[in-house]
Amino acid sequence: MSGLNKAAARRLRSNPAAVFALYAMLALAALALLGPWLNPNSIEALDWLHVATRPGLQGAHWFGTDRLGRDLFMRTLAGARVSIGVGLVASVVSLVVGLSFGAIAGYRGGRIDHLMLRMIEILSGLPLIFFVIVLTVVFGRNEYLLFVSIGAVGWLTMARIVRGQTLSIRRREYIEAAVASGASASRIIVKHVIPNLIGPVIVYATLSVPQIILFESFLSFLGLGVQEPHASLGTLIAEGAGEMESAPWILLVPGGVLALLLLCLNLFGDGLRDALDVKES
Amino acid sequence: MTEALLRVKDLCVGFGAHAVISDLSFELFDGETLGLVGESGSGKSTLARAILRLLRSAQGSVEWRGKDLLTCSAAELRAQRRDLQIVFQDPLSSLNPRMTVGDAIAEPLRIFEPGLSAHARALRVGAMLERVGLAAAMGARYPHEFSGGQCQRIGIARAMILNPKLLICDEPVSSLDMSIQGQIVNLLLDLQRDAGTSMLFISHNLAVVRHLSHRVLVMFSGKLVEIATPDALFAAPRHPYTKALLAAVPKIEIEAKGAAAPLRVEEPPAAGRPGGCAYRDRCPYAWPVCASTVPPLAEAATGHWVACHRSHETLIPLSFPT
Amino acid sequence: MIPTLRIDDLSVSFPRHGAAIAAVQDVSLEIAPSECVGIIGESGSGKTQVFMAAMGLLSKNAAASGSICFEGGELMRADAAALNRVRGSKLTMIFQDPMTSLAPHLAIGTQLAEVLVCHSGLSWRDAWNSAGRMLGRVRVPDPERRLHQYPHELSGGMRQRVMIGMSLLCEPTLVIADEPTSALDVTVQAQLIELLRAMRHEFGMALALISHDLGVVAGLADRILVMYAGRIVESARAAEIFSHARHPYTAEMLKCVPTLSGPRLARLPTLAGQPPQPGEISEGCAFAPRCPRVAARCRSERPLLTAAGAASVACHFPLPA
Repeated sequence: MSGLNKAAARRLRSNPAAVFALYAMLALAALALLGPWLNPNSIEALDWLHVATRPGLQGAHWFGTDRLGRDLFMRTLAGARVSIGVGLVASVVSLVVGLSFGAIAGYRGGRIDHLMLRMIEILSGLPLIFFVIVLTVVFGRNEYLLFVSIGAVGWLTMARIVRGQTLSIRRREYIEAAVASGASASRIIVKHVIPNLIGPVIVYATLSVPQIILFESFLSFLGLGVQEPHASLGTLIAEGAGEMESAPWILLVPGGVLALLLLCLNLFGDGLRDALDVKES
Repeated sequence: MTEALLRVKDLCVGFGAHAVISDLSFELFDGETLGLVGESGSGKSTLARAILRLLRSAQGSVEWRGKDLLTCSAAELRAQRRDLQIVFQDPLSSLNPRMTVGDAIAEPLRIFEPGLSAHARALRVGAMLERVGLAAAMGARYPHEFSGGQCQRIGIARAMILNPKLLICDEPVSSLDMSIQGQIVNLLLDLQRDAGTSMLFISHNLAVVRHLSHRVLVMFSGKLVEIATPDALFAAPRHPYTKALLAAVPKIEIEAKGAAAPLRVEEPPAAGRPGGCAYRDRCPYAWPVCASTVPPLAEAATGHWVACHRSHETLIPLSFPT
Repeated sequence: MIPTLRIDDLSVSFPRHGAAIAAVQDVSLEIAPSECVGIIGESGSGKTQVFMAAMGLLSKNAAASGSICFEGGELMRADAAALNRVRGSKLTMIFQDPMTSLAPHLAIGTQLAEVLVCHSGLSWRDAWNSAGRMLGRVRVPDPERRLHQYPHELSGGMRQRVMIGMSLLCEPTLVIADEPTSALDVTVQAQLIELLRAMRHEFGMALALISHDLGVVAGLADRILVMYAGRIVESARAAEIFSHARHPYTAEMLKCVPTLSGPRLARLPTLAGQPPQPGEISEGCAFAPRCPRVAARCRSERPLLTAAGAASVACHFPLPA
């Protein structure tokens, strides 16, 4: 671990909110992954005997059941799995695409930059829901549409941020030194530009995961994403919204988990930014 | 007459309408150290970057061993960069803060000698670090862990590792402590002698330039105004600007407490005043012809070139108005 | 006669990674009325921190001890109100980079007039006119027009003249100039040194001139203090320092300055090693690793600043007078 990263890790460790958030997220992820071994209930099994029961640790259903008698604990964990999975995959994809796009546009400048910037602007201008609805109409309800629609827009802000950072890094003297040493443009972008903007990029990526999860939840809430019997936190919240008055836990359990997840991601992202931003004087 | 290693002809660099360098020509010969002095705004740093084609707006020709660097292909240019290196003014900002110092020095090796094994490369980097007065083990550290003088040594190591034919030094010691300046200059002289490198040493510090140059170029407002050997230049400067520069250098002799010649108050250089000599607004010897015609760089004595309409006269020092 | 500025046993330290790094150690000095004192030192010498402490401009995490008396009044433990009465009017400072010390979004005239309005209670109109007159006194051509201009429209030398003018508006008794010419070209530097000399003649204020450039200080100082690693190592009249320095560091530094006259050298004279950074604690004399006259005693026992005639030196084996 380089000296700079070590100092950043130290600062991160001394930030209680970020550390708590990290452990909470890890615990949630572990639970989501190991859930099936902890609780014998499946996500699809309908328990007619225990329809819409309240949460209780004594009974078979710790978090209660929904209107169809399905165990809410398992469904929530499954939903968390899907939401986290989508969030992570979409974030990684938008990170990679946005980073490459932004770095090349920012470093090259000139016509290439103009072209790439126009692409970003056009895609940003797309009314997103409209786009998703059109896709759904054309291709039918399909879980993979979720990835396509998130993928189509998730990288845009990252690309803008990376481009902005690259524009300012490009003027630094060590870039001039690298050019004077005979380095090619691709070498400079990979070895000199990207390592120096990793800080803001990682922070933004961490803070964009909750946005993506929220977006996925929103799409699923609208019925455009994950389909039955698979659940994501969004679909669970949609179900729970309908039962709010009679069986509030059906909304509160997945809603609470989503809120906790988003809070932790934001805390961790903030902590990461504080840790990476401070310059060693 | 030996063939010039570097021949700059009619170089013009402008940013928008403003000309930073205009019609600049000079030659640099093999094994020579050329000193370039000028103040801020003279364009000397821009000249360094223009020669290395680090700018996009340079016109004219920069002939390096027969090839014009300004018009050759990008691939050809990169190949030539092996022999054309530069040391920057601010040592810390010329090093990538996220790269170890060893990697920074190794980069030219990675680019131009890709066949080298990692072990061989590490040996060369270690040897170079020792050569510039640092320990080989320091290669694993990061730039912010070093002082300014040490960073400059690292920058020099990076520039010299491939034994370039020409080293351009852009104010390499200006930001360093006085007791360190001599160390770095002597290091450059040693490396130059061992590798046979020619040097273009850019500085505003006249005294340093005096000691290490074979010839000195004086730049003002984007043009060369005087070229001479240090002995001729510092003992008998011919251009009024050179005279003013030399008069302005503070002296540490005991008599320095007496009042120095008060100089006319400087105005910000009037950018883009058309026609005539750029120095005429500050020049106490200005004549009407100075306002209408740009003085050409002409040989006033053997090897001593001046761009002044009155260079053939022995100009008697005037008392400057307060 | 009370000295204009009197500093006794000033020490300043900054915390880093839990430990306290000493930037200034046991510095004592006096500046008499109308005297010009040059303070010379390289990076890590602490010369700027001494005067930042005097101005109350140390960063918040700094720990300072000792006493700083300005015209008899103690500054170290003064409250903000008392400090503000003195700062900017009787005790002023000129910084190295006028681009960052002048507010970029305010016209020159506004910034100058503000000083007078705050400290002398003048009306804005009177203050504006006085500002214009001051610009004339610091030899800024066409002062009326300049008052309306912004800092970025002026050259570096011109901005520094404005700074000098700003520091003189309330007729201070002491002006601290921290590397006032380091960022400027040598021709502009010469003009500013000349200006400072003229201003001292006109206003009669004391001047503390901090610099790493011996030539700049030579033109102005009556007395010179040499600082190394947070301490004063030599103090003498300017002529003495330049003709026969007593401390080896001063002597070596003077040799290091390349000259325009004299024979051309194949190699520049140097001083081996580098100045110690704050925090490098050493037993004995801080200069011992680099000193050509070092002996065993130097490494174990730190020399104290002792008087030698009118001067003082901190060295076990000072050079002969």
